[in-house]
Amino acid sequence: MLHIVNKSPLERNALAACLRIAGGGTILLIEDAVYAAARGTAVEPQVREALGRFRIVALQPDLDARALGDRVIEGVTTVDYAGFVDLVAEHRNCQSWL
Amino acid sequence: MTEGATKKFMFVNRTAPYGSVYALESLEVVLISAAFDQDVSLVFLDDGVYQLKKGQQTKGIETKNFSPAYRALADYDVEKLYVEQASLAARGLSAADLIVDVTVLTSRELGALMDEQDVVLSF
Repeated sequence: MLHIVNKSPLERNALAACLRIAGGGTILLIEDAVYAAARGTAVEPQVREALGRFRIVALQPDLDARALGDRVIEGVTTVDYAGFVDLVAEHRNCQSWL
Repeated sequence: MTEGATKKFMFVNRTAPYGSVYALESLEVVLISAAFDQDVSLVFLDDGVYQLKKGQQTKGIETKNFSPAYRALADYDVEKLYVEQASLAARGLSAADLIVDVTVLTSRELGALMDEQDVVLSF
């Protein structure tokens, strides 16, 4: 399953809820959720731990807009908009954590 | 269109009832999907569990109390209501505090149920 998160993990609990509920799959970080992909935040340990059971992907244009492109956590990959569409197409279902 | 095709729809409710319009909008979409004879599940987690709290009195905020509608869902054959145990516990609630009978699941049981769905809609 593809889990799409779009809220900053430092402001809202959408990513925390996703990590608590989902057993695995792919997490796509978009909009303010890309802050979860950055090194040095208070949630980095949770994100690194989650890399053990999820594939974690961040949307590059959202990283770039927030000047985070040079501090993405190792193991988190990035996609462009076409890659976003590919992820949706290759998963059987998806859940948006708003 | 395939005649009689039924899909598994899950509605994920994560917001409290009156601070935003999400809870009421979710309820309306649930009733629409039930009218199309789909396999409907409702999940309440995080502040979404507050939607089901017994004893809501909304006269003072001049807003319609829509919580009785959850009790009417069974009349529309919507009988799969799930609540996450951790969300209840974090709010000092138990199933006895809720306006309807629900199935209480662990976080991961809920995740497994979510994986099985054809369509997941979030509110």
